[in-house]
Amino acid sequence: MFRNKKVIVIGERDGVAGPAIAECVKAAGGTVVYAATECFV
Amino acid sequence: MDLDTQTAIERLSAEYGPERLLVVLGAPDAEAASIAAETVVLGDPSYAGPLAGAQLGLDVFHVLEEEFREAVPPDTYDQQVGLMADVLDAAELATAVRAFRES
Repeated sequence: MFRNKKVIVIGERDGVAGPAIAECVKAAGGTVVYAATECFV
Repeated sequence: MDLDTQTAIERLSAEYGPERLLVVLGAPDAEAASIAAETVVLGDPSYAGPLAGAQLGLDVFHVLEEEFREAVPPDTYDQQVGLMADVLDAAELATAVRAFRES
Protein backbone atom coordinates (compact mmCIF):
# COMPACT_ATOMS: atom_id res chain seq x y z
CA MET A 1 0.00 0.00 0.00
CA PHE A 2 2.74 2.47 0.86
CA ARG A 3 5.37 1.37 -1.65
CA ASN A 4 6.92 4.42 -3.33
CA LYS A 5 4.46 6.68 -1.51
CA LYS A 6 4.96 9.54 0.90
CA VAL A 7 2.17 9.65 3.45
CA ILE A 8 0.24 12.69 4.65
CA VAL A 9 -1.67 12.11 7.90
CA ILE A 10 -4.67 14.28 8.72
CA GLY A 11 -6.09 13.23 12.06
CA GLU A 12 -8.94 14.78 14.01
CA ARG A 13 -9.33 15.35 17.72
CA ASP A 14 -12.81 13.80 17.78
CA GLY A 15 -11.80 10.93 15.50
CA VAL A 16 -8.39 9.29 15.22
CA ALA A 17 -5.50 11.61 16.09
CA GLY A 18 -2.56 12.24 13.79
CA PRO A 19 0.12 10.59 15.95
CA ALA A 20 -1.88 7.36 16.20
CA ILE A 21 -2.32 7.18 12.44
CA ALA A 22 1.35 8.01 11.92
CA GLU A 23 2.41 5.14 14.19
CA CYS A 24 0.29 2.78 12.13
CA VAL A 25 1.83 4.01 8.88
CA LYS A 26 5.36 3.65 10.24
CA ALA A 27 4.64 0.16 11.55
CA ALA A 28 3.41 -0.75 8.08
CA GLY A 29 6.65 0.47 6.52
CA GLY A 30 5.38 3.79 5.26
CA THR A 31 7.10 7.18 5.33
CA VAL A 32 5.17 10.01 6.94
CA VAL A 33 6.03 13.43 5.49
CA TYR A 34 3.32 15.41 7.27
CA ALA A 35 1.06 14.72 10.24
CA ALA A 36 -1.53 16.94 11.88
CA THR A 37 -4.50 16.65 14.22
CA GLU A 38 -7.30 19.03 13.32
CA CYS A 39 -9.93 20.27 15.67
CA PHE A 40 -13.30 21.66 14.63
CA VAL A 41 -15.40 23.58 17.08
CA MET B 1 -9.56 21.50 6.08
CA ASP B 2 -7.19 23.66 8.07
CA LEU B 3 -5.43 26.25 5.89
CA ASP B 4 -1.99 25.29 7.25
CA THR B 5 -2.64 21.68 6.25
CA GLN B 6 -3.75 22.76 2.79
CA THR B 7 -0.58 24.82 2.43
CA ALA B 8 1.53 21.83 3.45
CA ILE B 9 -0.25 19.55 0.98
CA GLU B 10 0.26 22.08 -1.80
CA ARG B 11 3.97 22.29 -0.96
CA LEU B 12 4.38 18.49 -0.72
CA SER B 13 2.58 17.98 -4.04
CA ALA B 14 5.00 20.36 -5.71
CA GLU B 15 7.98 18.67 -4.03
CA TYR B 16 7.12 14.99 -4.58
CA GLY B 17 4.42 15.07 -7.26
CA PRO B 18 0.78 14.20 -6.53
CA GLU B 19 1.19 10.63 -7.77
CA ARG B 20 3.68 9.88 -4.99
CA LEU B 21 1.47 11.08 -2.15
CA LEU B 22 -1.09 9.15 -0.14
CA VAL B 23 -3.38 10.75 2.43
CA VAL B 24 -4.77 8.97 5.49
CA LEU B 25 -7.69 10.57 7.31
CA GLY B 26 -8.91 10.20 10.86
CA ALA B 27 -12.22 12.07 10.53
CA PRO B 28 -14.95 11.07 13.02
CA ASP B 29 -17.93 11.19 10.66
CA ALA B 30 -18.84 10.81 7.00
CA GLU B 31 -19.40 14.53 6.41
CA ALA B 32 -15.97 15.51 7.71
CA ALA B 33 -14.34 12.63 5.86
CA SER B 34 -16.07 13.62 2.61
CA ILE B 35 -14.93 17.22 2.86
CA ALA B 36 -11.33 16.22 3.57
CA ALA B 37 -11.30 13.62 0.79
CA GLU B 38 -12.84 16.06 -1.67
CA THR B 39 -10.24 18.67 -0.76
CA VAL B 40 -7.27 16.43 -1.57
CA VAL B 41 -8.83 14.96 -4.70
CA LEU B 42 -10.87 17.74 -6.32
CA GLY B 43 -9.92 20.86 -4.36
CA ASP B 44 -11.20 22.79 -1.37
CA PRO B 45 -14.99 22.84 -1.75
CA SER B 46 -15.26 25.99 0.39
CA TYR B 47 -12.84 27.82 -1.90
CA ALA B 48 -11.25 29.31 1.21
CA GLY B 49 -7.81 27.75 1.14
CA PRO B 50 -4.77 27.22 -1.08
CA LEU B 51 -6.30 24.04 -2.50
CA ALA B 52 -9.31 25.86 -3.93
CA GLY B 53 -9.70 24.55 -7.46
CA ALA B 54 -6.58 22.40 -7.13
CA GLN B 55 -7.47 19.00 -8.60
CA LEU B 56 -4.53 17.11 -7.14
CA GLY B 57 -6.17 13.68 -7.40
CA LEU B 58 -4.30 12.36 -4.36
CA ASP B 59 -4.83 8.81 -3.15
CA VAL B 60 -6.89 9.06 0.03
CA PHE B 61 -7.93 6.52 2.64
CA HIS B 62 -9.59 6.58 6.00
CA VAL B 63 -7.71 4.92 8.86
CA LEU B 64 -10.70 2.63 9.49
CA GLU B 65 -10.86 1.26 5.94
CA GLU B 66 -10.16 -2.45 5.60
CA GLU B 67 -7.37 -1.89 3.09
CA PHE B 68 -5.46 0.32 5.53
CA ARG B 69 -6.18 -1.93 8.49
CA GLU B 70 -4.80 -4.96 6.66
CA ALA B 71 -1.54 -3.15 5.91
CA VAL B 72 -0.81 -2.42 9.58
CA PRO B 73 0.49 -4.97 12.12
CA PRO B 74 -2.58 -5.98 14.19
CA ASP B 75 -1.00 -5.21 17.56
CA THR B 76 -0.08 -1.70 16.47
CA TYR B 77 -3.49 -1.06 14.91
CA ASP B 78 -5.32 -2.26 18.00
CA GLN B 79 -3.13 -0.18 20.29
CA GLN B 80 -3.33 3.04 18.25
CA VAL B 81 -6.79 2.88 16.68
CA GLY B 82 -8.65 0.03 18.36
CA LEU B 83 -10.88 2.05 20.64
CA MET B 84 -12.03 4.45 17.91
CA ALA B 85 -12.64 1.53 15.55
CA ASP B 86 -15.34 0.40 17.99
CA VAL B 87 -16.84 3.86 18.39
CA LEU B 88 -16.92 5.22 14.83
CA ASP B 89 -18.94 3.92 11.88
CA ALA B 90 -16.21 2.38 9.75
CA ALA B 91 -18.50 1.36 6.90
CA GLU B 92 -19.96 4.84 6.55
CA LEU B 93 -16.52 6.46 6.66
CA ALA B 94 -15.13 4.02 4.10
CA THR B 95 -18.02 4.70 1.74
CA ALA B 96 -17.55 8.45 2.03
CA VAL B 97 -13.82 8.37 1.30
CA ARG B 98 -13.97 5.67 -1.38
CA ALA B 99 -16.44 7.78 -3.36
CA PHE B 100 -13.76 10.41 -3.92
CA ARG B 101 -10.87 7.97 -4.28
CA GLU B 102 -12.63 6.22 -7.13
CA SER B 103 -13.95 9.40 -8.76
